[in-house]
Amino acid sequence: MTDTTNTAPTANQQLKEAYFTASQGQLIWQRFKRNKSALAGAWVLIILILSGIFSPFLTPYDATIAGRDKGYLNGAPQVPSFCDDNGCSIRPFVYTYERSRSFKTNFRWVSEEKTELEDRRYLTFFSKGMEYKFLGISFDRHLYGVDKGMIHIFGTDSTGKDIYSRTLTAVNTSMAVGTIGVLIAFFLALAIGGISGYYGGKVDSVLQMLTDTVRTIPNIPLFMALAAFVPDTWSSEERFFFISIVLGLIGWTTLARRIRTHLLSERNQEYVLAAQLCGASPAHVIRRHLLPSFTSYIIVDLVISFPYMILSETALSFIGLGLKDPVNSLGVMLQNVTSADVLLNYQWYFIPVIFFIVLVLAFVFVGDGLRDAADPYADTNK
Amino acid sequence: MTRLLDVENLTLDFDTDEGRITAVDDVSFSLEAGEIMGLVGESGSGKSVTAKALMKLNASNSIYGENSKITLNLADGPVDIMSLKTAKELQVVRGGAISMIFQEPMASFAPAITIGAQMVEQLLIHTSMSAVKAQEVSIEMLDRVGISDASTRFKQYAFELSGGMRQRAMIAMALSTNPKLLIADEPTTALDVTIQAQVIDLMKDLVKEFGMGIVFITHDLGVIAQTADTVAVMYLGRVVEKGPVRQVIGNPSHPYTQGLIKALPRLDDLDSPLTPIPGDIPSPLERPDGCVFSTRCSSFLGPQCSVSIPTFTPISHDHMVACHIYQEGTSK
Amino acid sequence: MKRDTLISATDVSVHYPISGGKLFGPKPVVRAVENVTLSITKGSFFGLVGESGSGKTTLGRAMLKAAPITSGVVNFNDGEVNYSLANLDAKELKDYRTRSQLIFQDPYAALSPRMTVRDIIAEPLEIMKLTSSREETDRRVREIATKCRLNLEHLRRFPHAFSGGQRQRISIARALVSEPKFVVADESVAALDVSIQADVLNLLKEIQQEMGLTFLFISHDLSVVAHICDHVAVMYFGRLVETAPTRELFNNPRHPYTKALLSAIPSLDPDAKNLAQKLEGEIPSPTNPPPGCKFQTRCPHAIDICRRDEPQLETIGEEHDVACHRWEELM
Repeated sequence: MTDTTNTAPTANQQLKEAYFTASQGQLIWQRFKRNKSALAGAWVLIILILSGIFSPFLTPYDATIAGRDKGYLNGAPQVPSFCDDNGCSIRPFVYTYERSRSFKTNFRWVSEEKTELEDRRYLTFFSKGMEYKFLGISFDRHLYGVDKGMIHIFGTDSTGKDIYSRTLTAVNTSMAVGTIGVLIAFFLALAIGGISGYYGGKVDSVLQMLTDTVRTIPNIPLFMALAAFVPDTWSSEERFFFISIVLGLIGWTTLARRIRTHLLSERNQEYVLAAQLCGASPAHVIRRHLLPSFTSYIIVDLVISFPYMILSETALSFIGLGLKDPVNSLGVMLQNVTSADVLLNYQWYFIPVIFFIVLVLAFVFVGDGLRDAADPYADTNK
Repeated sequence: MTRLLDVENLTLDFDTDEGRITAVDDVSFSLEAGEIMGLVGESGSGKSVTAKALMKLNASNSIYGENSKITLNLADGPVDIMSLKTAKELQVVRGGAISMIFQEPMASFAPAITIGAQMVEQLLIHTSMSAVKAQEVSIEMLDRVGISDASTRFKQYAFELSGGMRQRAMIAMALSTNPKLLIADEPTTALDVTIQAQVIDLMKDLVKEFGMGIVFITHDLGVIAQTADTVAVMYLGRVVEKGPVRQVIGNPSHPYTQGLIKALPRLDDLDSPLTPIPGDIPSPLERPDGCVFSTRCSSFLGPQCSVSIPTFTPISHDHMVACHIYQEGTSK
Repeated sequence: MKRDTLISATDVSVHYPISGGKLFGPKPVVRAVENVTLSITKGSFFGLVGESGSGKTTLGRAMLKAAPITSGVVNFNDGEVNYSLANLDAKELKDYRTRSQLIFQDPYAALSPRMTVRDIIAEPLEIMKLTSSREETDRRVREIATKCRLNLEHLRRFPHAFSGGQRQRISIARALVSEPKFVVADESVAALDVSIQADVLNLLKEIQQEMGLTFLFISHDLSVVAHICDHVAVMYFGRLVETAPTRELFNNPRHPYTKALLSAIPSLDPDAKNLAQKLEGEIPSPTNPPPGCKFQTRCPHAIDICRRDEPQLETIGEEHDVACHRWEELM
């Protein structure tokens, strides 16, 4: 068909042109999108992170002692229902619990559910609740609440703190610790691995010895020592930053090694030599050629480091060396789960664990997906 | 001369992220024992894929055409390669009746094991020799391919040998199991031209001595002219011309073959200009309908070239061309 | 220096030290290039031929000051400046870089995969600050891209969109955008298919004539060199064994190695009888070569003197030099 050859390009041609002019970032994104599990992981991650950030709004009560429900200690999760013996209603509701103890119950506190109509507590949305500050501004609206009393959809712990509220704030705290730790580790790794890889030779040998030394330091004894070193007078926020920084300071070694390896091989590429033959300065070579070549790998490494940071912090707090109340994290929440009482009777203490498993898995899926999508140019050498 | 290998209508597609790519399209050729057949083509012609298909060595996303048939005639009967499915079944041919040598000898020897150990391992897998006998045979083979001081070399590692010696060692290893068919995938491309000449001579001698058939894959027409008895020229997955070497090179009939020969710098004619083949080879995702060479052909006849695939027409008794110019019923 | 020489090498050696060897005593070196003398006329297409280990790539790089010159003198004189490459200060080196460039062999490894074609070609201009504005840079990029027969639409694309031949043209455009006087093409067509090779070679020849460039064309492929070069030098094991105008070299080769090299090229005629020698033997070890002529281990005509004295380059004809004790007898 000899048509006029300069008509608008067909859809197929447009697709091909898009492929030809796609930058590295765009190519990676295209490949990433095709990976279903990675995409699912990314969505989960985004939801969890946003939940953590907006936790004061999403949760009805403060996660610390201030928000506890004195009348409902170690309470089971209250699941809203729509219907019961007294009839159905459009608004979901939960029941009131009443604690009492008496001779009959051996003087143990016992909670009893009162299922009369007037004991229903109806769920309210965008309800007024306790005040909180977000970005410096005070709000007092929460996503949901009940018209009288309190509601605990994940139950409460031994002091009456709402586990749901604590879970979301724990996600937030762990992500914050992880972020700070990863950032510190990243800049350290970039500096040390970068200099090592770019210059090679003696500089590289010395820096590698340093890296290996740090890498072989056993973590648990180090933390125990540091925990002993931290004065009790430090506030929980200071403690929080301290733990994050320490995690970063010992976590940079793997990333540094990877950056170094990558630079050592990339700097011998012919296109680097071509630039050097024009008299390019090391700064130019690094900026224009080397850095872009491993940006994708670095992003992958960063994403995969997150779960490690989070799990390290969890482990530390669990054994009591990390964060403490009122700063809340998964490790802190798990500090009390080791008693038989909890294991037998109060299984809802473990609900946050599910959240964290999902969070870590999401990171892993996204990281794997990124790694598979990264370096779209790997197979263009024939 | 007995018919050793029969390839009929071999078609191979790859299922990739970018879609289904046809790498080999309806390729047929045959090889007699004691004959060297050259498979010539440039990058993208499908010659390597064809060679690997003979041992079913292609990647797991390869899809063979329904009519593809590869028959290897061995002493105890014909073997239908396409019907061999599992690795165990294929082991009979891979390394046993069929051996393969590659372009990069450094890549086919494991770097941390001595050459001798690898040769012995191959023999132990494919024959019932004892380890002692295998070592004897291997050293003999190394000597036979012209490696001086064979017993010392036997104990050396691949990196200790020069490029030419490594290639010879690879030939020795491939021949130690006495294969009926040797597939040589660009064996001399990575070698210096003076070493190349030696290796070519070696292969011709070995064919005379062992009586095997060789499928010799290369892009270098000069090497084929000196080495092969018959040649098949491939372009974009199809065979466009095939026949005895003298005829195909002396009387190139397909426009692609003619273009290839014209583009070669010739030492006997320093004044002639270098004439490239115009255009670029289409990507495998955009194979032309009709004749695969139609997008670049300077003898383009008309719509029939873009629409119908030419079939083979004999120029002489065993020299065939797939081109509409020669097809009966087409006016020149 | 005769007749407008652009760049000349006199007794140039490039030695690389290697680790290992005895604790005391001289450190072992690899003599990649040893005592090479040649001169390249302005505007010529000079071929440098050799097999692996011949030192041709190293010599080419030394002439670009991209490899260290251990001893000897490399002189560059394009009428504007006169440099001795072994003693350049930083400023002169920067200037020399604007006058000399390199085209690489591998079209896949020589282009940064993450830069657009336009940026790749523009990079030398930006690094060497040869243009004062983006418009000027763009103009020069478009000019050289057109000369290299690249489609201007394709400047926005990334290298992964192109075939080997097209990439090599991008490589050439990048080398030429700074309008150098001296260009080293290091095996620039070796990785290309034969049909594309011819295209790129024709392009190089065209551009050379149009821009008045001087090329040093390094290759292992004598037939390619024969068609495109005016003058050819043959190297073996770091030493120059023969140099002559192209036709003279191919019609009257004098060095046994050159003869062997020529006869080793497989001819398209299956019946061509192989007249000249097939080489046997191995090349000597690079760290411990034998005394005398380095070709003795493979030369079918080696005699005592060959094993004792290293032959020197002597002029035997019009611009035809040979380093062989027996060249006259073997005629």
